[in-house]
Amino acid sequence: MYDPTVARLTYRALLGRRRALILGALPLLLIAVSVVVRGLAGADDQTASDLLGGLALATMVPIIGVIAGTGAIGPEIDDGSVVYLLSKPVKRSTIIFTKLIVAIAVTMVFSALPTFIAGFILNGNGQQIAVAYTVAALVASIAYAALFLLLGTVSRHAVVFGLVYALVWEALFGSLVAGARTLSVQQWALAVAQKVAGGDMVTSDVALPTATVLLAVVTVLATWYAGQKLRSLTLAGEE
Amino acid sequence: MAVEQPTRTPVTQSGDQTRIHNIGYRTYDGPRLGRSYATRSLYSQSLRGAYGLGRSVKSKVLPMLLFVVMCVPAAIMVAVAVATKAKDLPVDYTRYAIIMQAVISLYVASQAPQSVSRDLRFKTVPLYFSRPIETADYVRAKFAALASALFLLTAAPLLVLYVGALLAKLDFADQTKGFAQGLVSVALLSLLFAGLGLVIASVTPRRGFGIAAVIAVLTISYGAVSTLQAIADAQSIDGGGSADAITWIGLFSPVTLIDGVQSAFLGASSAFPGGVGPSNGEGVVYVLVTLGLIAASYGLLMRRYRKVGL
Repeated sequence: MYDPTVARLTYRALLGRRRALILGALPLLLIAVSVVVRGLAGADDQTASDLLGGLALATMVPIIGVIAGTGAIGPEIDDGSVVYLLSKPVKRSTIIFTKLIVAIAVTMVFSALPTFIAGFILNGNGQQIAVAYTVAALVASIAYAALFLLLGTVSRHAVVFGLVYALVWEALFGSLVAGARTLSVQQWALAVAQKVAGGDMVTSDVALPTATVLLAVVTVLATWYAGQKLRSLTLAGEE
Repeated sequence: MAVEQPTRTPVTQSGDQTRIHNIGYRTYDGPRLGRSYATRSLYSQSLRGAYGLGRSVKSKVLPMLLFVVMCVPAAIMVAVAVATKAKDLPVDYTRYAIIMQAVISLYVASQAPQSVSRDLRFKTVPLYFSRPIETADYVRAKFAALASALFLLTAAPLLVLYVGALLAKLDFADQTKGFAQGLVSVALLSLLFAGLGLVIASVTPRRGFGIAAVIAVLTISYGAVSTLQAIADAQSIDGGGSADAITWIGLFSPVTLIDGVQSAFLGASSAFPGGVGPSNGEGVVYVLVTLGLIAASYGLLMRRYRKVGL
C-alpha cells in the first residue's frame, strides 16, 4: 500500500523551492502573531482560544491543506508527467494512498506543530487549549488532505475549488447559516477538540459521535474515489 | 602539410540551369496599427479573459459564478428595502466591498495567475515582446485589464444598490453622494488588489501555486490583522492606552487599508473593532501607504518583465 519511491517524489514536489517558502511562511506568521499577542495582552485563555480557533484552525490549516493536498498530485496531472508514474507497475490505489500519507504528514507538520507552539506561547497550555487545538489541527489535516487530494484528481481548478470550500463555505456560510456548520471539517475537528479540552473554551456545533463518523467517512470515501478517478484518468489538453 | 581540400564540384551543370524565379512575393503595404493598437488589443483580450470570454466553457464558470455571488446579496438587500419601504439601504455603499472581501480575494486569486502565469508557462511572453509593444505596455495592459475586471466586479453590486435605492425613492442627493464615494473606494481597492495579485502571480509559472500564494497573502494578512485588532480593542476597553494600536495595525492588510482610507476620507463607518477608524492625520498615512503599494507593485512588475528569458 505504501511505495517509498512515490513518497520520495511527492515530498520533493511538495517541499521543493518556492512551495516550501509559502508553507513555512504561514506557520512563522502564526508564531510571530502569537508572540506579539502575548506581549500585548499577556496570557489569557479566551484570547488564546480566539486566536488558535480563528487564525490557526479556520484559516491556516485549510490553506496548508489545499497547498499540500492538491500539490501532491495536481501539478503532475497538469503538466502530464503523471503518465510516467501511471505506466509503472504500481497500483493506482497505492499511488493515491502514498500521496495521501505524504500530504497528511506535510499538513500536520506545517499546521499542527506551529499550532502547538503558538498555543504554548499564548498561554502555556492553560485549560488544555494548546493540546486541544493541536488535536483539532491533526484531525483536520487528515480530512483536508484526503478531500483536497480528491479535488486534485477531479478538477484542473482544484486549488480554487478547495479555497472556495475552505473560505466561502466554512468561513462565510458557516457564520451565516447554522446548517452549513454541520458539513464542515473545521467543526468536526472542533468537536474532537472539545472532548480533549473538556471546558467550555472550545465549542463545536456538531456532536462528537457524528463528527468522528463523518470525518472517517469523508476521509475513506475521498481516498477511495480518488483512486477510482486515477484508474480512469484521461489527460485533457491545455484549455 | 595541408591536406588539400577536395574541390567541390557541382553535380549538376551550373550556369544557365539555375535561376531564381520571381514567384510574386509581396511585402505588406497595408496600414500598420502600431504599438498603441497592440497594447489595446492585449488589454481587451486580458479583460475578456478575466471573465472567461473567448476561453473554454469551464474557465467561464468560476468568474461568472463569483460575479453572481457578488451581485445577489445587493439584489436581495434592494428587494428588502423596496418591500419594507425602508428609509435607508441596509448597508452602506462603502461597506459592501469590505463585507464581500472573501469573494473579491478569491476572484483576484483565480484571475491574476490566469492572466500572467500562463504566459510565463507557455513561454508566450517573448512572443508578445517580438511585437511592437514594450515592457511598460505589457505591464500597463495587464495591470489595467485586471483592475478594470475587478472594478466591474465590485462596482456592479453598487450599481444594483444605487438603482434599487432610486427605485425605492430614497433621497437622491444622499444616495448619489454615497454611490460616488463607494465608486472611488472600489476603484482604489481594484488597483491595490490587482497590483498585489499580479506581482505575486508573475513570479510563478504554476497557476495553482499562484492562486494559493495570492489568497494566502490577502486572507491570512486580513485574518492576522483583524485578530490583533480585536485583541487591541479588548485591551483598550480594559483601560490600556492601545486605541491607537488598532489604527496602526490596520496598515498591514489590504482590506483594512482600504477600510481605513474610506473611513477617514469617504464618509464610511469603519469596520474596525470598536468602530473607530483612523482620524484625518492617520488617514493621510493610509492613503500614502495605499498609493505607495500600488506604485510599488507597478514598479516590481516593470522590474519583473525587464528581462524575460526563454
